[in-house]
Amino acid sequence: MESMSERSGGFSFDNVARNHVLEEKGMKMPKAAKTGTTIVGVVYKDGVVLGADTRATSETTVFEKYCEKIHYIAPNIYCCGAGTAADTEHTTAMIASKLELHRLDTGRQSRVTTCLTMLKRHLFQYQGHVSAALVLGGVDLHGPHLYTVYPHGSTDALPFVTMGSGSLAAMAVFESKYKDDMTLEEGKQIVYEAISAGIYNDMGSGGNVNLCVITKDKTEMLKGYAKENMRPWRKSTPYTFPKTEVLTSKIDKPRTDISVVVESEKMEVSAS
Amino acid sequence: MMDFGTPVLEPGSANGTKQVPQFNPYQDNGGTVASIAGDDYVIVAADTRFTLGYSIPTRKISRVLKINDKVMLGTAGMQADTCALHKVISTRMRMYEHDNNKRMTFNAVSQMLSTVLYYKRFFPYYTFNIVAGLDDKGEGWVCGYDAIGSFEQRKIVCNGAGTKLMQPVFDNQVDWAQSWDGAGKPNLSLEQATDLMKDAFTSAAEREITVGDTLQIYKITKDGIQLEEFELKKD
Amino acid sequence: MFGGQDSKQHTVQPYVTGTSVIGLKCADGVVLGADTLVSYGSLAKNRKTSRLMTVSNHCSLGFSGEYSDFQEIKSTLEELMISEYCMADNIPMQPRAIHQYLARVMYEARNKQDPLYNQLVIGGVLPATGEGYLGLVDLLGTNYESEMIATGYGTYIALPLLRKAYRPDITVAEGRKVIEDCLRVLYYRDARSIDTVQISTVTKEGAETTEPFKLETSWDFKKFKAGSRLIDESTW
Repeated sequence: MESMSERSGGFSFDNVARNHVLEEKGMKMPKAAKTGTTIVGVVYKDGVVLGADTRATSETTVFEKYCEKIHYIAPNIYCCGAGTAADTEHTTAMIASKLELHRLDTGRQSRVTTCLTMLKRHLFQYQGHVSAALVLGGVDLHGPHLYTVYPHGSTDALPFVTMGSGSLAAMAVFESKYKDDMTLEEGKQIVYEAISAGIYNDMGSGGNVNLCVITKDKTEMLKGYAKENMRPWRKSTPYTFPKTEVLTSKIDKPRTDISVVVESEKMEVSAS
Repeated sequence: MMDFGTPVLEPGSANGTKQVPQFNPYQDNGGTVASIAGDDYVIVAADTRFTLGYSIPTRKISRVLKINDKVMLGTAGMQADTCALHKVISTRMRMYEHDNNKRMTFNAVSQMLSTVLYYKRFFPYYTFNIVAGLDDKGEGWVCGYDAIGSFEQRKIVCNGAGTKLMQPVFDNQVDWAQSWDGAGKPNLSLEQATDLMKDAFTSAAEREITVGDTLQIYKITKDGIQLEEFELKKD
Repeated sequence: MFGGQDSKQHTVQPYVTGTSVIGLKCADGVVLGADTLVSYGSLAKNRKTSRLMTVSNHCSLGFSGEYSDFQEIKSTLEELMISEYCMADNIPMQPRAIHQYLARVMYEARNKQDPLYNQLVIGGVLPATGEGYLGLVDLLGTNYESEMIATGYGTYIALPLLRKAYRPDITVAEGRKVIEDCLRVLYYRDARSIDTVQISTVTKEGAETTEPFKLETSWDFKKFKAGSRLIDESTW
């Protein structure tokens, strides 16, 4: 087994072969949290609007009701993630870190295409095992950019994109309403409608609508742009619970007659 | 819900014939049914969401069959089987009324459903049922079933997709299950039971994606059956 | 798989198939829509096959799934309508009855492990009131009524749009436009679809199915034409 000190980056593959054998013999592997998701992006007149729902699930159970799926990459670049939650979070965090160092090195704003290239190289290297399906958006010196990145490393550049289990519902909205050179308000509205379509029609998506608007000069996170799915009702009378009856009780008070004395050892000095 | 999974029939594999892509006659359409029984009432609740994979083909299907003024049947699981089962039960209920010149009692219905389910032991109805009703003395009872007709009569039963989340709450709040002597066990009124039911479904809709849309609550008392519809989350 | 002396032939998977059918219930009737393509796997086999049929004056039917199974259902249904007519009791078979009949036929087939590989959408009006009726049956016998119905890819793509567009007071004329918009979006995103479609409207006045017609489509968004290369120097 590889020792800690020898490790120099990348994943540990220590037990891969063993786990493969165990799995073939019928062992159930632990289930990862998936973000069965609706994430979208659109290019409008002055920049990019990204959108995401806030539900994370494991099979049919909701893991997190209000999670954040629009990840920071750079001040001018954000990235929505669908797929295995850990993969999307770590992949985007790693690229964010690399770009930060790159900016410190060069003293220039990060470019979206640099980020895209790093993402796709990373994902392609792992042949789809890093299951991150991403919507990457940003504005740099060349203008607004919007891409999708698939888990196997392929990418698309389009004026409107959707990803995740609610991508078809969201795409239906874009296909029926998108037009060139939309205003900011139109851009936010179409993204909101696309995410809503996912939230209400795809059970893997749900909760609130989060938006992120990126323009040349500033980036604005609109967390909770729509909050239509907070818990609607609660029982007005309080709950009472069965109590275990106390049969006997004995209380030991802490002893006060003990004091802790720390003796300092004398330093050994060899006489020779 | 008893964890049967989705059964897959595999004819052909036993006698060594060639395996072909097999048609799976089963499908899970979600749904949760629950019932709380009191001294002089019983309520039956079911959500109306029809699921298929991650989609919601329709938000409003009925999972509850009124058998007579005192007995109702609630069914979660596969919709086509639910529909067929409800037709069989309706027909047999009608035949019973003609044969015996009286209505089926709660006990008669609960036994009949068990027989009807077990009749299809080796090609089961993929359904998870509850039968709720008032007995001869007017007391509320409910029976919970697995897919092939095993059943138990209780005061509180939950069946279907949301069971894992809701049953422990009901055990605690209605059966007072964590108390070793049952001291202080509440005797829920119809209103309290209805509130508890709404709260349980609202909570289940927060954490179980297949629960949602509309909750139908049927309240059975000596005066008949009353339906209340309660909106759940649609996401 | 086929032809063994003692093996009965079952539809184990569909071969010649039609894609989505969609329907919307309106205040004064129902609108159904479908494209006219039947595919053989990924081959566009026939581009002008009607996937909608008029069952009676008050009822239309659309299918997706296996074409041969639908032809079987169609002839059974036509037979049924003739025997209904011969009863001459002046009681027309209602859409709900047709829906239930088909549900039993489909469920029985699935019970025999020999399904009719279709999703059927039944659209009609109740002759007395003129109220719309819209229902679905699938290969397992699943059956329900709804204000909006879509099969196949339509479940994912058209249903969200139909839900958004629906109002209880929507008219058939408005509904027709909604259905056309949905078929257009389906044509954009469903790889087994085509831009030639038919729309069937059922009102108190009768059931009417259009001739196949071409949808107007648009592919000229600036960035569709430019791709990524107009906006940056990326080589991807």
